[in-house]
Formats: sequence, structure tokens, C-alpha cells
Amino acid sequence: MRKLALPDEILMKVEKPARYIGGEYNSVMKDKDKVDVRFCMCFPDVYEIGMSHLGIQILYDMFNRREDTWCERVYSPWPDLDAEMRENNIPLFALESQDPIKDFDFLGITLQYEMCYTNILQVLDLAGIPLRTRDRKKGDTLVIGGGPCSYNPEPIADFFDIFYMGEGEVSYDALLELYKVYKHSDMTREEFLIKVSHIPGLYVPELYEVTYKDDGTIASFAPRFDGVPATVTKTVVIDHSKVTYPEKPVVSFMKLTQDRVVLEIMRGCIRGCRFCQAGMIYRPTRPKDVNLLKGYAEKMLASTGHEEITFSSLSSSDYEELPELTDCLIEKMDNEHVNISLPSLRIDAFSLDVMSKIQDVKKSSLTFAPEAGTQRLRNVINKGLTKENIMDGALKAFKGGWDKVKLYFMMGLPTETYDDIAGIADLSEEITELFFANIPREERNGRVMVTASASYFVPKPFTPFQWAPMIRPEEFVKRAYFVKDRFREEKNHKSLKFQYHEADITILEGLLARGDRKLCDVIYDVYKAGQIFDAWTEFFKKENWDNAMAKHGLDIDFYTYRDRSVDEILPWDFIDIGVTRRFLEKEWENAQNEKVTPNCRQQCSGCGAARFGGGVCFENKN
Amino acid sequence: MKIRIKYSKLGNLRFIGHLDVMRYFQKEIRRAGLDVSYSKGYSPHQIISFAAPLAMGITSDGEYFDGEFESVTSSKEMIDALNSVSVDEMRVSECVLLPDDAKNSMSVVSASDYVITFEDKTPADEIQIIRDSVAGFMMQNEIVILKKTKKSEREENIKPGIMACELRDDSIYMLLFTGSEYNLKPELVMQALYAYAGIEHNPFHYHIHRLETYMNGPDGQVMPLYKAGRSF
Repeated sequence: MRKLALPDEILMKVEKPARYIGGEYNSVMKDKDKVDVRFCMCFPDVYEIGMSHLGIQILYDMFNRREDTWCERVYSPWPDLDAEMRENNIPLFALESQDPIKDFDFLGITLQYEMCYTNILQVLDLAGIPLRTRDRKKGDTLVIGGGPCSYNPEPIADFFDIFYMGEGEVSYDALLELYKVYKHSDMTREEFLIKVSHIPGLYVPELYEVTYKDDGTIASFAPRFDGVPATVTKTVVIDHSKVTYPEKPVVSFMKLTQDRVVLEIMRGCIRGCRFCQAGMIYRPTRPKDVNLLKGYAEKMLASTGHEEITFSSLSSSDYEELPELTDCLIEKMDNEHVNISLPSLRIDAFSLDVMSKIQDVKKSSLTFAPEAGTQRLRNVINKGLTKENIMDGALKAFKGGWDKVKLYFMMGLPTETYDDIAGIADLSEEITELFFANIPREERNGRVMVTASASYFVPKPFTPFQWAPMIRPEEFVKRAYFVKDRFREEKNHKSLKFQYHEADITILEGLLARGDRKLCDVIYDVYKAGQIFDAWTEFFKKENWDNAMAKHGLDIDFYTYRDRSVDEILPWDFIDIGVTRRFLEKEWENAQNEKVTPNCRQQCSGCGAARFGGGVCFENKN
Repeated sequence: MKIRIKYSKLGNLRFIGHLDVMRYFQKEIRRAGLDVSYSKGYSPHQIISFAAPLAMGITSDGEYFDGEFESVTSSKEMIDALNSVSVDEMRVSECVLLPDDAKNSMSVVSASDYVITFEDKTPADEIQIIRDSVAGFMMQNEIVILKKTKKSEREENIKPGIMACELRDDSIYMLLFTGSEYNLKPELVMQALYAYAGIEHNPFHYHIHRLETYMNGPDGQVMPLYKAGRSF
């Protein structure tokens, strides 16, 4: 029996002890004396969320295929356990070996959303790792970050030794080989980190120096040593048949947010929506081979016993072999009782047909993401979906028996007017009218229901909107009330529902998304004030953030509500994602001119991602 | 075909709750490739049902679930199939075919027995006093405990629920009524025993392990649940 790090007295006291005992089916045990590198992957949020994340499963599997490496997992202890660990001086431990994280060579932290930043400090602190990279020595666990938020690593640069830009399958072998040399020689930490900076995709923040102008913007960003590269280029997998995929993912005892086989069908997106960071940083679009995927599906269902499978990608409807793949799985569904959980698909004849085969039409709802209420604003954000597309899809769906529709919008988009947001209510109303006009009374099962929800737009790095100001929270709430009133005035208001997101957390997300290194001290202070789990409304306290910003003489207006000029050096400009800055600038201009840019399959717009030498940029060009 | 499966839940799995165990076996059955029956509809589920749930913190060698199967191989092959795709601390030990008219395990459970061992950290004199108290404890006409519910506290005599409670080697053995008719938890008996011995009760000073789950047999004696079926 594996000896647990926590005593029974604590495990019986905290909520859901299964979060902390490891031992799950397919989790990997090795002899720690027979490996050279111990790596711990961390998702800085609670177990059920972290375990649902595909990226960690991919890296966990990839590392553990190496004989010299043992990769384990750790998640943020929930506040109840956090308090117990501090009170009883119990160091944070990995789930598999239950050994302290401090015994590990690497702690890899995935950065999926900004509001987990205080949890990073929680993890480091409970582990007993010095919080700031400048206080760490050779022999301390190396802290490496990756994932979407590492595309602006600056607000958390002080806490990480290395950031990994891009897809993990590419450069980790080189890093581990270099690390083994470092570990067993008298190479200094600085020498090691300088060598790390030469590995593709790896960024070592302490090797760079930032200076600021009087107005707070960046004056210069440059390496502190000769030979350290001035830009860091992300890594990209071009041939997916040459990299690994987790055929035996870990199966949790607990119910997870994503309790199913996740089949990643494609990376990148052809669409080029101007608000979407994923759509830019994961370019070029690379669909995986359909036969490779069928094989993975088979193996993963057998090795986990999961009853459900889903697809993962940024836009599954753009995966051209989707009909072939779904047909194959529907057959499995009939023979082996596998449920298919569909990601959101473009509503057309194909998707409606698939949905009617695998879901109970009466219970399911249809989802559209127009993102903006008028065609004008949809052109600004380059959301290809037109009103005709929506009406056409909705009509087909109503005729197929559906009567519930969900619509997703954003508010606070660049150039947005009150006419645009009035369009949120008007479009919703028109959909209900379409139902009443086309579905005879005797064919109606219940009341048609259109639910619109609006989120608060946050400009993200590496999007054409990276220069855009956010609207102020008071204005967001004002617009939300305006839309709510407009909904009330619609003729079919009884068939309409409008919801909007909470503003306070979103502003902080905006602050951290486009922040600079000056925010490291702010995050540190917020954590020291006792704040963790910011992503959870019940734990989020805005005053801690306000106090820390004030203490360091920083103003949230500078980061969130300010118009940025395209001449400004942005904190993340040193990162090269393939898509050029020139392309983003042109897209920002196109947005203001309400000019639509075609998607990658219609026409190449020369974004720059073609230089990775693969994917959609080279389709039909053999 | 109705199949009854007996399994052990050991070691660290004492921290896995009952619902998680049910979900665990749904997946293990699929991994093992067994031909379990499914309900009809858009989200079909396996037709399986579990016997007496085990409280968190307790381990067991006598857990059960019943399942409806479309086809079966042999007891040995099914046990091996399940254990080959299992975590170490969950082991299947019996697999029997039930008569068609058998009632499901949940409804027939009448008793279960437990062995209580003291932890290494428990003071020797505490163990001694508790051990010395067992005989006298059972000689009482009534064993009254204060049962706390959400709304009230009331006194209850738990003596009728204890079929046996005695010393066995270094441990305490008890056979208790379990199930829908009358259910007595071993923790409550230990609490009463500590009270009788005049020692402050600390549930972390001992470990409870369930040995077997029973039903009433034809001869009026209790018999293990798997004896209701036959190996095949």
C-alpha cells in the first residue's frame, strides 16, 4: 500500500479526500531510484477541473514513455486542505508517489486562465519552493510554465524559471537531456538557463531586462547576456503521426468536469475571429488523420472504460472528415453503448442529422455563437456567421423538432454602439418569430425558448484587438440593463431569456491578460493577503487586488481602459507566434473599417504561419 | 442472467466514496469487455446494483454488486478479466450465477461482520482497557447510546443489533445487523465500547475492516451473499 502524505485525521476531515490519494487506474508508478528526472505536472486549480485537462494527459503520457523520467501530478489543494497543510506544516506532495514536490527536478504548471495566478503561488509556497526565480539555487525544483497564458508570461515572470511557448511534444526531450547534463556536472544555474534559452520555444524571463518610459509603457526589452535570443519562437507539431497521444489516460475515481475520452481532432482554427487568442496562437490549422483518430478512439475507450467520447478542437465543423469520424463512432455507439458528446457545431443539415441520431431532440438545445448583435459588428470582429446562416440553421432545427436555442454574445467589443447591442434582443426575437411563423400549432411540443447570454469582452495578447481598450464595468452593467429592458419590450418576451456575466472578475482578467512585469509584485501581495482560487466567485475579493495595485502605485486604467498605439512595445512582443505583428496591425485596421478577412481555406491572407511548413497553408498544394 | 460479484476494497481506497465505487465498476466492467446488459434509451446505463454501502474510512473483503448480463463465460474467467483491468486495492474474489428469481443483494442484506484493529500509535494502556472491557460490555442488558440526528438527540439501545462482539487475537470481532430492516454501524458500537470503558473515544486509534456481508440462509443462520448463487 502506498503511504499517503496526509494522515487519516485530515483526510476524513476535508471535503472529497479522493482528490489527494492518487492511485487512479492508468496512473503511472515507477521506482524513483531508477529514474534520473522527476517531473511533476500541475494544473493550479481543484482536482476535478485539472484532471479534465487534455494537455496534462498528453505530457504525462509523453514523459512517462521515457525510461529515465517519472512524471506525476499535483493540483491545488482546496482551501480546507490548504489551511490544514499550513497549520500542520505538511509540504505539498505529488499524487503518485505522495513525495514532497520539493524532491522533484521539475514542476510544470499549465496556465489555462489568468485567474489561477494566485494559485500558482499557493502551490509554490505549500511546496516550499522559493516563490521568486531570483531566490532559487541549483538543486531547487525548476518551475516551468506553459499553455495559453504563457503567451503573455510577463505578469508572472518573477515566479517561473522557464516558460514553454508552443506545443510540448517538440522541445521537452532537448530540455530533459540538457537538464541531465546540468544535474550531473558542475554547470551553474546561470549557464544552464542560458543554454535553455537556445532551445526552440523556451523563454527564461530572468535573462531579459525591461525598462520603462515615464508614461509606464515599455522603453526596451532585451536580453541581459550576449547570445541569448532576442525573440522566442513558439514550437509547432507538423506531423501528428510522429508524436504521441495518451492512449491510456488516467481514469479518476471521482466524477470530473470532463469525464470522458477526449479525442483531439485538429489544432488551430481557420476562422480568424479578431477577438480570439486561440485562433491566432495555434496557427496554422492542422487536422489529424482520420484513421489515426479512429485508432485512438478505439484504444482509449478500451483502456479507460469510459462510456462517452467527445472531440476537441477550436472549430470541429471545419474538420473535413467529421462525417466519416462520427459515422464510425455512431456504429460503436450502437454496438458498444458509447455515448457521443458533441462539441458545438455549425448548425446545418449534417450536424442536425448527427444530433438527431445521438441526442434526445426534445431535451437538447441548439447553440449559436453570433458574438455580436448586428452584421456590422460581426464584420468588425470577423465572425463569419451571418443572420441568414443563423435563421437558416434555426429553421431547419425547428422543423427537426428542436425548440430550445442558446445564443452567445460578447459586450464591450471595439466600436460597439447601442444599436449593436439592441441587436442582441432583436435577433433573439426574430428567431422566436421564425418558430411561430413556420411551426404549426399542432406540431409544437412546448414553448420555444431562446436564451441569450453576454460575456464581458477582454482583449487578449496576439489578437488584432490587443490594442483595444476594455469598456469600464459601469458601462458594461449599463449596457446589460439596456439589453435586458429591450428584451422585456420584445413581443415574444415570454420565450426569451437574457443573462450576463459578472463584471468584477472579468476586469481582473483584463488586467492580467495584458499586464507587464510590474504586476508580479501585485500578484505576490494579493497572495500574501491570503487570496487563492480567484476563479471561484466565492473566494474572489476585489479589494485585495485594489489594495495591492495602490500599494505599488499602479493604475488599472493603464492596463485595461487605455487606447494603445500600434507603435507601443507590448510586453509580449518578444514572442514570435508565426502570425506576424504586421498582420495583426492590418487586421486591427480592417476591424475599424468593418472589413471581413476570408478564412484560411477560402484564401490565404498571409498571416505568417505558413513558415512552419505545414497544415492548412499547404492543403491542395502538393 | 443474474450475476453476483464479491470484491475487496482495501488500503487507500477507504477514501473513495460509495458513488465513486459504483462509477469505478461501471468502467472496470467495460474495460474487462464483459457482456453486461444496458437499459434502453438515449443514454443507456448498465443494469447493476450494489449491496450495503461502506462508510468512508472502512476497508472490506466482503463487498457485493449484482449485474444483469447478456452472456457469461465462467466464474474464473470473469474474475480474471475484471482483476486484470483493476487497480490493486480493488479485487474481485467471487462471481456466481444467481437463480432467476433471486432478489437483489441490496434488499437481502441482513448482517455483516467486522474486525477492528488498533493503530500502532494507540497507547498500549488504552488498548488494554478496551480489550478488558469487551466481555463486560456485552454482559450489559442494554447498551444505550445517544443518537444525534439533524433535528434531535435521542437515546437508543443498540444491544439487539449486536449478534456478536468478542476478542479475536489482537483484535475485536463483531457481527452486526445490516441492511434495510435494522442497520447498526460498527463506529457506533466502538463509540459505546469506549464510553463503557471510560476512555475518550478517538476514531483514529483503530481501523475497521468489514469481513463479509450476509443474508439470512434457509436454516435460519446468516450466510455470505455469494452462497445464494453457484459458480459456473
